[in-house]
Amino acid sequence: MNAQMNAENIANPKVVVKDLSFYYGKDRALKDINLNIAEKMVTAFIGPSGCGKSTLLRTFNRMYQLYPKQKATGEIILDGANILDPRQDLNMLRAKIGMVFQKPTPFPMSIYDNIAFGVKLYQNLGKNEMDERVEWALKKAALWTEVKDKLKQSGTGLSGGQQQRLCIARAIAVKPQVLLLDEPTSALDPISTAHIEKLIDELKEDFTIVIVTHNMQQAARVSDYTAYMYLGDLIEFGDTSTVFTNPKRKETEDYITGRFG
Amino acid sequence: MLLREASLKRQTLLDMLFRGITRISAFGVLLLLAAIIGSLVVGSMPAIEAFGFGFLTSSDWDPVNDQFGALIPIVGTLVTSGIALLIAIPVSFGIAIFLTELSPRILRRPLGIAIELLAGIPSIIYGMWGLFIFAPLFADHVEPWLNDNIGPMPYIGPFFSGPPMGIGILTAGIILAIMVIPFIASVMRDVFEVVPTLLKESAYGLGATTWEVMWNIVLPYTRIGVVGGIMLGLGRALGETMAVTFVIGNAHELTQSLLMPGNSIASALANEFTEAYGELYTSALIELGLILFFITFVVLSLARYMLYKLGQREGKTA
Repeated sequence: MNAQMNAENIANPKVVVKDLSFYYGKDRALKDINLNIAEKMVTAFIGPSGCGKSTLLRTFNRMYQLYPKQKATGEIILDGANILDPRQDLNMLRAKIGMVFQKPTPFPMSIYDNIAFGVKLYQNLGKNEMDERVEWALKKAALWTEVKDKLKQSGTGLSGGQQQRLCIARAIAVKPQVLLLDEPTSALDPISTAHIEKLIDELKEDFTIVIVTHNMQQAARVSDYTAYMYLGDLIEFGDTSTVFTNPKRKETEDYITGRFG
Repeated sequence: MLLREASLKRQTLLDMLFRGITRISAFGVLLLLAAIIGSLVVGSMPAIEAFGFGFLTSSDWDPVNDQFGALIPIVGTLVTSGIALLIAIPVSFGIAIFLTELSPRILRRPLGIAIELLAGIPSIIYGMWGLFIFAPLFADHVEPWLNDNIGPMPYIGPFFSGPPMGIGILTAGIILAIMVIPFIASVMRDVFEVVPTLLKESAYGLGATTWEVMWNIVLPYTRIGVVGGIMLGLGRALGETMAVTFVIGNAHELTQSLLMPGNSIASALANEFTEAYGELYTSALIELGLILFFITFVVLSLARYMLYKLGQREGKTA
């Protein structure tokens, strides 16, 4: 299939997904997915609701493991090791793979502590180093100038867009290699969305980014590669401009031209 | 048209009536509160006039010579309630974490129901169970161990030495703990359950363990509810009468040992009202009641203040 062929074309993939299937109880939500995630690029998963794009994303940090009835089969290779291997240490995995969610989720603590929380889980930094790390993360997330005078205030007091950038800062403060964004702008207004999209563009210098979005224009704007999914199948995968301007499959064309979905 | 106007008028009238009833109910509570405080104050006037503030610091309790002091029951009430919370808070936290995060789904409902049933057991049953079952076991197996192992320790030793009688301050505190655990645990579980899944997932997604998520995220997020639950339990522990009367020993003695019998305000009242002769004796007992009322009020206010301070430290500007 074309999808698979394109996947193989990516040189130096950061993450390799092989024959991945996913089950909610007995329901099979992902069917033999194969794709490669390119390093320091943005890969977008698009498709109608229920197609499995968020499910696929949540296998990358094994978030599904919180829920007893969910399981994944197949392989996801990161740096030569299989993420799905039961021996894989979950906490270390999640230090390498950060995640940002549909809605901003600031922790009930100060802005500073929101950023420091994740760092403290892995590293024992002195006060100065921690200060530097917090500043670095907030600058990377383009939030520093807005909050530098109120680091001691609660993270829940920020606006929605600021909260989401705080969550991005919190995720990158741990210095992960891969950043998972699960519809990161779906709860934000257009201006905040534009901020986040610009940010994604800057962040891909340092991080491999995977974004799930229901917004096709967003996928077209921010991503280098796009995967179109439907009912648990990967229908088409390739570089974004090809998928959007010259899709190989009829289903993809129907979806991106708005005839369906 | 006319019909419609009539029904509209009727509805307005009903609405006013309804508003009136709710208002009367709400203000009725205030009135009742004022009346109870008022009668307690009036009833305790003779004792207040006779002993003044000395009532609070004196450990005399001598009905024959009309000498009364509240120190022993005050200390007994505070210490038994303190022991109860010391045991109940961590246990309840554990129960709530298990029920919301770790327990298999099929166990959640039966366990939750069992805990609520525990809250419904009448206190006299706890008292009987404490006196006939728990106290003898405690005297035979636990108290000697405490005597031997903790007794010789510096500082805390004296609290745990003394004759193993089974009944006493420590036993009362443990029984109280068992009684308040269901209240605190079920409130904690309820508030933990409303924590947004995404918030917990965000913390798990950073690599936090279940404990780190519960302690650093869930607990601060639900602190108002948690403190409320603890206060509910504390309120019950402070005022609990029957169960405490059974197991506390009812002795007007002030000792450092937690194994010795003591007295709480509520148990003193329950024991002595029937035999209280003379105005001053009755009045002293009523003043004890007033003090209990006051302690509860202070504790609730302190809890409010603590929440306010916590909010400030967290950087809430509002």
